Amino acid sequence: MSTATIVSLPDQSTARVPKMNFLTRENGLLSWLLTGDHKRIATLYLISITFFFFIGGALAGLIRLELLTPQSDLLAMDTYNKVFTMHGIIMIFFFLVPSVPATLGNFLIPMMVGAKDLALPKINLLSWYLYMIAGVMAIYTMIAGGVDTGWTFTTPLSTHYLNTHVISTGLAIFVAGFSSIFTGLNFIVTIHKMRCPGMTWFRLPLFVWSNYAASILMVLGTPVLAITLVLIVLERTVGIGVFDPAKGGDPLLFQHLFWFYSHPAVYIMILPGMGVISEVVSTFSRKRVFGYTAVAFSSVAIAVFGFFVWAHHMFIMGISNYAALVFSLLTMLVAVPSAIKIFNWAFTLYKGSITFETPMLYAFGFMGLFTIGGMTGVFLGATGTDIHLTETYFIVAHFHFVMVGGMLMAFLSGIHFWWPKWTGRMYPEKISQFAAVTTFIGFNLTFFPQFILGMLGMPRRYASYPPEFQVLNVFSTAGATVLGVGYLLPILYLTWSLKYGAVAGDNPWQATGLEWMTQSPPLTENFPQIPVMDHEAYDYEWLERQQQQEVASV
Amino acid sequence: MQLEQPRPDETPGEHIHIVSPKVYGTIFVALLFLTAATCGISYVDLGVFNAVVAMAIACTKMTLVVLFFMHIKYSNKLTKLTVASGIFLFLSLIGMIMSDYISRAWGRW
Repeated sequence: MSTATIVSLPDQSTARVPKMNFLTRENGLLSWLLTGDHKRIATLYLISITFFFFIGGALAGLIRLELLTPQSDLLAMDTYNKVFTMHGIIMIFFFLVPSVPATLGNFLIPMMVGAKDLALPKINLLSWYLYMIAGVMAIYTMIAGGVDTGWTFTTPLSTHYLNTHVISTGLAIFVAGFSSIFTGLNFIVTIHKMRCPGMTWFRLPLFVWSNYAASILMVLGTPVLAITLVLIVLERTVGIGVFDPAKGGDPLLFQHLFWFYSHPAVYIMILPGMGVISEVVSTFSRKRVFGYTAVAFSSVAIAVFGFFVWAHHMFIMGISNYAALVFSLLTMLVAVPSAIKIFNWAFTLYKGSITFETPMLYAFGFMGLFTIGGMTGVFLGATGTDIHLTETYFIVAHFHFVMVGGMLMAFLSGIHFWWPKWTGRMYPEKISQFAAVTTFIGFNLTFFPQFILGMLGMPRRYASYPPEFQVLNVFSTAGATVLGVGYLLPILYLTWSLKYGAVAGDNPWQATGLEWMTQSPPLTENFPQIPVMDHEAYDYEWLERQQQQEVASV
Repeated sequence: MQLEQPRPDETPGEHIHIVSPKVYGTIFVALLFLTAATCGISYVDLGVFNAVVAMAIACTKMTLVVLFFMHIKYSNKLTKLTVASGIFLFLSLIGMIMSDYISRAWGRW
C-alpha cells in the first residue's frame, strides 16, 4: 500500500479548533433538544442511530451464536423468530433508512448547496422527535414480548395466526415513516430553493443529487407503507377484511402494497451511500467524477425504475406468471443505472492520483461488495433461478452484501471523511485503516459462506438446520465476531479523537466542496457570508489556483 | 450574526394567490353535497356500479380538495408536477397490481 497522502493539516503546535462553532455556540441540554440547527440535529441523529445499530447488532450476534450449532439450543425457536424479526426491523427502519440522509445528509446538504440551514428547521427537529418516539415504541415492543412476523409482516401470518405485538410494531414503523418523509421533504425544498448564487443543478455535488433522488423515494413511497401498516392494524383490531379471503380480501394484496414501498426503500438506503462514494472516490483520486451527468441522472433513474420492480419479491408467492415475466424484465433494467455508477467510479480512478486513506479503503470495500451484492440480485431477478434461491440463505447473503457490504461501508466511509469537518479533529489514521480492513475481512467471512449455504438449499428464518451445513455456519459465526470488532473499533477511536485527535483545519483532504471552504467545526450559520459558486464541482485545478493565490497574497 | 438569504417562500417571480372566502365556501358546500350523495346512493343497489359510483364521487371530492384547499390550481408548475408524479405513481401501483390479478388465471405456458 502506498504511503502517499493528500492530508494537509495545520501546524499542530499553533493550531486550535475554532472557539466559536455550532457545538460551542450554546450550552445545556435544552439548547440541543430545542435546536433548529441542522448540524446539531444531525449530531442527535448520529448518536441515536448508533444506539439502535448496537441493539440491532447485538440481536445479529444472538442469531449467529444460535446458528453455530445445528440444534436450537441457545434460543427457543419462537424466541429466535422474535430475535431475527427485531434485528430486521431495527436495522432497516431505525438504522439503514435514516443512516446517511438523517446524519450526513442533514449535516452536509445545506453546506453543500451554500445555505445556512435546511428550508424547514422545525420540521427537521420534529423528524428527530418522531424517530425517537418510534424508537421508544419499538423498544417497548421488544420488552413487552416482541413480535415474530419477520420484518415483512406477511399476511395472513401477521393478521390471523400470531399473538405477538404486531400492532405496536406496525405503529412504530408508521411513526418512523413520517420522520423519514419529513427529512425527504426538507431536502427536496432545500435543494430546489436554497442553492447559493452560481450553484446550478449541474454544479451540485453528486452527494446532493443522490440524496435528492432518495428524498423523492421517501416522499412518494413511504405513505404507501404507512397506509399498508394501518390496514394491518385495522385488520387485526376490527377485521376489515382487506387481506382476508374469507371476507373478499387478498393476502397477496398486502405483499404488493408492502413491496411497493419496501423495494424502493432499498434504494432509499443505498442511494445516499452512493453519493458518499462519489465524493470520496473523487477526492482521493484527485479527479472530477467521470461522467458527472451520467452519475447524477443514474441516481434519478434508479429512483424511477425502483418503483416498477417490486413484484420480484413475490415470484413464488402465487402471482401471475405473465406479471412475473414483466417484473423480471423490469428488474434487469435497474441493473443498468447501478452499473453506470460502478463503471464511472472505476473510470474516475483510472489515471487518478490515488491515495489510500480510511474513507477510500471503505469506498473500495463498497465497490467490490456492492458489485457482488448487485450481481447476485440479477440471479434472483431471473424467474427461473429465483425459484431455487428464494427464501434460502442466498437471499440473506445477497441483501447483506448490498446493505452491510454496500451501505454500511459507505456510511463508515462518509463518517470518516467528514469527521474532521464535524468535530474539527482528525481520527487516528493507522488504527482506522486497520478497522476498515478488519471490517472487509470479517464481512466476507460472515456472508460469503451464506451464498454457498443458500445454493445448497439451507432455508432462512429457522433456528435449526441439518448437520451437514454446520461447517459453513461456523465460518459465518466466526466472521461475525471479526465484523463485530471492526464495528466496535471506530466507536472507540472516534470518541478518543474528540479530545485527542489532531486539529484538522478547514480542508484536510484538499477537497473542493463548499462544505470544506468554511471552518471545522462550522459556525451555526455555516458560512461567514453567503458563498458564491464560481467553479464546476470537483474542479481540483480551481482549488490549486485558489491556494496559489492565497500563498501569493500572504 | 445576521445573514441575508432569500426565504423559501420569497423566491422572486412567485406570488402567493389569495383565495376568496366565497370560493372556499362554494367548495365546502360542494363537498358536503357530495358526501350526502355518497350516503344517499349507498341505499340504491346499482349492481356492479356500486363501487364505481362511490369511487367516482370520492375522486371528485379529492380533486376539489387538492385544487382549491391545497391551492394547486394557483401553484407553479413545479408544485403541479409534484402532485402529478404522486398521481402517476398511484396509477402505476394500481395498474401493475391489476396486471397481476387479470392474468393470474391465464395459467402456465
